[in-house]
Amino acid sequence: MKQPRTIMPVLDSTNRQTNFDEVAIGYSLEEAILEASRCLDCKNPKCIDACPVRVNIPEFIKRMINSDLNGAYNTIYDDNILPSICGRVCPQEKQCEGSCILGIKGESVAIGNLERYLGDFALHSNVKQQFDIAENHIKVGIVGSGPAGLSCAASMRKLGYSVDIFEALHDFGGVLKYGIPDFRLPKDVVTDEINRLKDMGISLHKNMIIGKSLTIDQLLNEYDYKAIFLGSGAGLPSPLKVPGENYSGVYYANEFLTRVNLMKSHKSSSSTPIKIGNNVAVVGGGNVAMDAARTAKRLGAKNVFILYRRDMSALPARLEEIHHAIEEDIDFRLLLNPVEFIGEEYIVKRVKCEVMELGEADTSGRRRPMPTGIFKEFEIDSCIISIGQSPNPILKDSTSKLEVDKWGRIVTNNHETSIPGVFAGGDVVSGAATVILAMGAGKDAAKEMDKYIKNVM
Amino acid sequence: MYKILDKQHLNKDVDLMVVHAPMVAKNAKPGHFIILRVDEEGERIPLTIAEIEGENVTIIYQKLGYSTIKLGTLHIGDEINDFVGPLGKESHIRDVKKVLGIAGGVGAAPLLPQLKEYSRQGVSVDLLIGARTKEHLILVDKYKEFCDNIYYATNDGSVGTKGLVTDVMKDLYANISYDHVVAIGPLIMMKFVVKMNKEYNLSTDVSLNPIMIDGTGMCGNCRVSIGSKTFFACIDGPDFPGEEVDFDELLARQSYYKDEEHECNLRLVRK
Repeated sequence: MKQPRTIMPVLDSTNRQTNFDEVAIGYSLEEAILEASRCLDCKNPKCIDACPVRVNIPEFIKRMINSDLNGAYNTIYDDNILPSICGRVCPQEKQCEGSCILGIKGESVAIGNLERYLGDFALHSNVKQQFDIAENHIKVGIVGSGPAGLSCAASMRKLGYSVDIFEALHDFGGVLKYGIPDFRLPKDVVTDEINRLKDMGISLHKNMIIGKSLTIDQLLNEYDYKAIFLGSGAGLPSPLKVPGENYSGVYYANEFLTRVNLMKSHKSSSSTPIKIGNNVAVVGGGNVAMDAARTAKRLGAKNVFILYRRDMSALPARLEEIHHAIEEDIDFRLLLNPVEFIGEEYIVKRVKCEVMELGEADTSGRRRPMPTGIFKEFEIDSCIISIGQSPNPILKDSTSKLEVDKWGRIVTNNHETSIPGVFAGGDVVSGAATVILAMGAGKDAAKEMDKYIKNVM
Repeated sequence: MYKILDKQHLNKDVDLMVVHAPMVAKNAKPGHFIILRVDEEGERIPLTIAEIEGENVTIIYQKLGYSTIKLGTLHIGDEINDFVGPLGKESHIRDVKKVLGIAGGVGAAPLLPQLKEYSRQGVSVDLLIGARTKEHLILVDKYKEFCDNIYYATNDGSVGTKGLVTDVMKDLYANISYDHVVAIGPLIMMKFVVKMNKEYNLSTDVSLNPIMIDGTGMCGNCRVSIGSKTFFACIDGPDFPGEEVDFDELLARQSYYKDEEHECNLRLVRK
């Protein structure tokens, strides 16, 4: 008989709604080895190609089965410098696990859970990879300490460069710190992973807004950086563009999540407040919407509902997050499109939505939501808009020759921007996507930066 | 960490602080602001830059809420946890001949670098400054260095006209013609200054101070409706032409966390 997929243990779905503890508890060693033993070690594995940073998955699993946990961890770390994070937040069902041969007829190997196990094992037991870095004393600057920047920084450092990361906020990690909540990605995991990069010799500078504190031009010409990588992400919230959107009580997910994740407003020691009320609507169906809804619940909101203009099958969020949201009594009100906020004294009271129906498939392959002319209203105390983000305009506004498209995304050719020596990757190029795609872009851009520097020097 | 090099009490509610922050000072221009966090648990608070000298940045703040009161407990030699900038757009200096600056309360601080810049560019500058009492007036000596005339309004009449800045404006406009007004102070003051200037066909630039978190265009907390458009005060401002600003909406947004702020103050007293 085939061994079934080892279930990830989770916190009780009722109790966990009252705290920010991590929902998925993680495998024990026995569970991890048991799950690893399900791998078929295929002759032509599909999983590696499906991973944006091409982790050698069969190899690390083989080492795990042989109880060589250090070796297994090092195998991952060669390609992925944030295993504890990616194990938790990657959409594995669309990547490695989605292409696992076992998944064709049954359940794929839980690759993400195994990666997380090894990452956490290394953090707890302080396993460190030894790098033999041959210093070349050439300075490169990295803008943004999110997944793209960290990944690019690590790759450049391994090649011997002196790497400085500039972060606009007061803490490092970008979206990993301000965006993703503790119950999905504990902040100490992020801090620990980033500290490993400091051990590698990478310098991180907080409170540095490139484009303001220093411009790209100053970095290149005054401070002698030979190449720069822009990984400043997609931080600008997309508006609904409906009447009443600026009433108090209407948040963009960025504000709401930043208040909680970065500023820790849910803790009594924090001096940043948060106000949410009992009835909370969340607009959108992606990971950010799930995070916002589940966070609202944990802050004490009684009724939290998602407003989404398509149906359940079209939700773009990671599967596990949707399951967890359902378990936590988040109500999914589907085929509804907000058209107006109704307020009193500039404070939001109700949201008016148009009922949608599904028409023909659009360019994304999903059926397009069509207006019906029928409207519904819901009483709310607050609303969290989570319908997407675009790149922050500060870099574009302060850098005259930096070419961007009509959505503000930096235009690149083989990771190089319109300015020689300036490279870019991650959400600032692609628009809001995933942690692992940003990491892949950072890693690939590093190769091009290295080539460029060797060419000009 | 950012060291406090100097601190002065401008009056019992308002302090001036000089902070060593070379990376803020390097590119700072009039109109820019900073965001600081007093300590590890602190909230991010925006403050306009009052002066830049070498690597040092001068800020002026009113000890009104939890975080500014806490900032006021620091002394020369202490360090501020985080201090980032310069943020926002630099002030748009208009091509005019005669400008009236209107300052309300601690608004005299952000107005100073802007009016000074007008004066540096050869524009004739008058100041109308309003405060609760004579003791609440700040920076008057600094303004005297470049203003042609200074007019006062105090609530109690302890100096200048007894009443509001709008009371003085009427008299001024009867005798003097200005090309442009820059008004910085409490929202409610800016609202009524703009309203009156519209009647006189006089343009007004205002500096808005909504609640902010990151200050880099990320959270959207600081959004303001101007005409039919939404702007983020942190990256599009903080200075805006005042004519179409929806001040009432902004007043509501600014007071949304008033109850929570009160709780924080209680915590400070208990310590």
